[in-house]
Amino acid sequence: MGMTATEKIIVKHCGKNSISVGEIIEVTYDMIYSHDNAAPLAISQFKKLPCNHIKDASKVSFFFDHCTPNKDIDTAEHCRVIKEFAENQGIESLYEGGRAGIQHMMIPELGMVTPGDLIMGNDSHTPTLGAIGALAMGFGSTDIAAAWATGKTWLRVPKTIKLLFEGIPRKWVSGKDLILFALRTIGINGAAYMVVEFAGSTIAALSMNQRFTMCNMAVEMGAKSAIMPVDSVAQDYLSSRVTKNYTITNSDNDADFAEEIKFKVDQLEPQIAFPHLPSNVKPVSKASHIRIDQCFIGSCSNAWLDDLRIAAKVLKGHTIHPKVRMIVIPGTPQIYLKALNEGLIKVFCAAGAVIGPPTCGPCGGNHFGILGKGERAIATINRNYPGRMGHPESEIYLANPSVVSASAVLGRIASPEELM
Amino acid sequence: MVFIHKKIINIQGRVWKFGDDVNSGAILPNPYLGLNDVKKLAEHCMEGVGNDFSSKVRSKDIIVAGENFGCGSSREKAVLAILGCKVSCVIAKSFARIFFRNAINNGLPIFEIPILVDNVKQGNVVKIDLFNGFAKIEGNESVYSFETYPEIIQSIINKGGLIPFVSAKLLIKKGKENKNGK
Repeated sequence: MGMTATEKIIVKHCGKNSISVGEIIEVTYDMIYSHDNAAPLAISQFKKLPCNHIKDASKVSFFFDHCTPNKDIDTAEHCRVIKEFAENQGIESLYEGGRAGIQHMMIPELGMVTPGDLIMGNDSHTPTLGAIGALAMGFGSTDIAAAWATGKTWLRVPKTIKLLFEGIPRKWVSGKDLILFALRTIGINGAAYMVVEFAGSTIAALSMNQRFTMCNMAVEMGAKSAIMPVDSVAQDYLSSRVTKNYTITNSDNDADFAEEIKFKVDQLEPQIAFPHLPSNVKPVSKASHIRIDQCFIGSCSNAWLDDLRIAAKVLKGHTIHPKVRMIVIPGTPQIYLKALNEGLIKVFCAAGAVIGPPTCGPCGGNHFGILGKGERAIATINRNYPGRMGHPESEIYLANPSVVSASAVLGRIASPEELM
Repeated sequence: MVFIHKKIINIQGRVWKFGDDVNSGAILPNPYLGLNDVKKLAEHCMEGVGNDFSSKVRSKDIIVAGENFGCGSSREKAVLAILGCKVSCVIAKSFARIFFRNAINNGLPIFEIPILVDNVKQGNVVKIDLFNGFAKIEGNESVYSFETYPEIIQSIINKGGLIPFVSAKLLIKKGKENKNGK
């Protein structure tokens, strides 16, 4: 019997020749990263251990993205503590200020991840990196501290569930809509503890940006991680970013998948996740009466250049509705600069949007656009639990960037078809 | 022996019952993530669920929940907030992955007992016998058994959390290295 991509990567990192699903093993990692919100707890836990030094500082990175540029004194203190620790431990890979961007986007952009890698992140959306064919999993701060000290962590070998997408999506239907539609079918816990593996002709035709979006939101199904096959599109993306050699570890044709679910996408409309679960998904035509107060394009889900391009395409020549605030946050400094050079930032400004520096922004309710009581937002983020972006009595609708832009113009949830 | 804990053999407490998909942001909402003091975190525990838990919870109370408890963000402070309330354990139908690890890592006893969750009510008293592996609802004859955790998880729990567990391993390793060095 063949192996899944996940099993191959685990075998590479556990020193055994074969493993079985459900087995608990110890694995090494190729990269371990944290951020301004979670790293201080990891550092204080690490300091309780009887070791002075991280086992391999060259594998460690810090990204300041959640509450930065420092939103208050607490954040400033967190960042100061992290920088002191990094200097003390000889960790050079630290990104703040104008070099900082959203962690799960910076890593592939800078060529820090390659196919077959096993990655530990201190954030639930670490599985975003699976689009590059790596096994990337999220952990809490204490797990990170222990892994810093020992160079390993324990894992239960997961089942893999295959999501097969076939068909050609209609105009305005993107990776975001595909994953929202899958969430509707599978539910918020339907892939619990499993790795979600995407496959099919629809996936093969997606850009890398949209593949990252899908892996990012697979987390909302309860998944341990998400992964995509490394094909010519992925290799092309890597060729301009990665210099080191890598081995592609795609699933064998006769690998054992726990389940295979097929999706035919030809007739899909853009999808909207209604409050208050990412799986509470309906087509955009069911949402067109809903007035909104805030539109947000950004987050590790959809702050890629492709997202800004399509948002600008919809927005160009229009102004934002007078009762709506629109916030746009490019995910990384490189993306921001490209958006500037392509004239996208000008389109957003001319329309009346607020542009923010590369940060998670209002996604986690931290800064740059918090919602008040009774306010409603439509956003390209990945979660819409109560209070996610501010007041517990606010509402969040999740959508793709073209829908968010159209909604910003019309003052209500709308498909871009209504504007073009 | 089913559930070895360094200090705990029996648990008994008053139940606070919650539903499915209680996300970690409801357990410890965003505005409080900057707090470091466990007592201060406790003051906001479950605030996102919108009840009076944090003001009325008593030491040894038990949180009972449905499927997927602790889903969403990886915030470990959600577990610390629960510990700060001196909750004796969490019983759920299932736990979200990162919350599960965070709980074990911090010595918060957690149990997956779906049938008990279906049958228990707010305010009931639940008793858990860790040694023999069963739970009971006071006033009810039924006995609800639960599964042993895999060995490594048992070991982490037995040591009281991941930091003491890893510390012990590192000290043993250091001891061996010192011995060989001589």
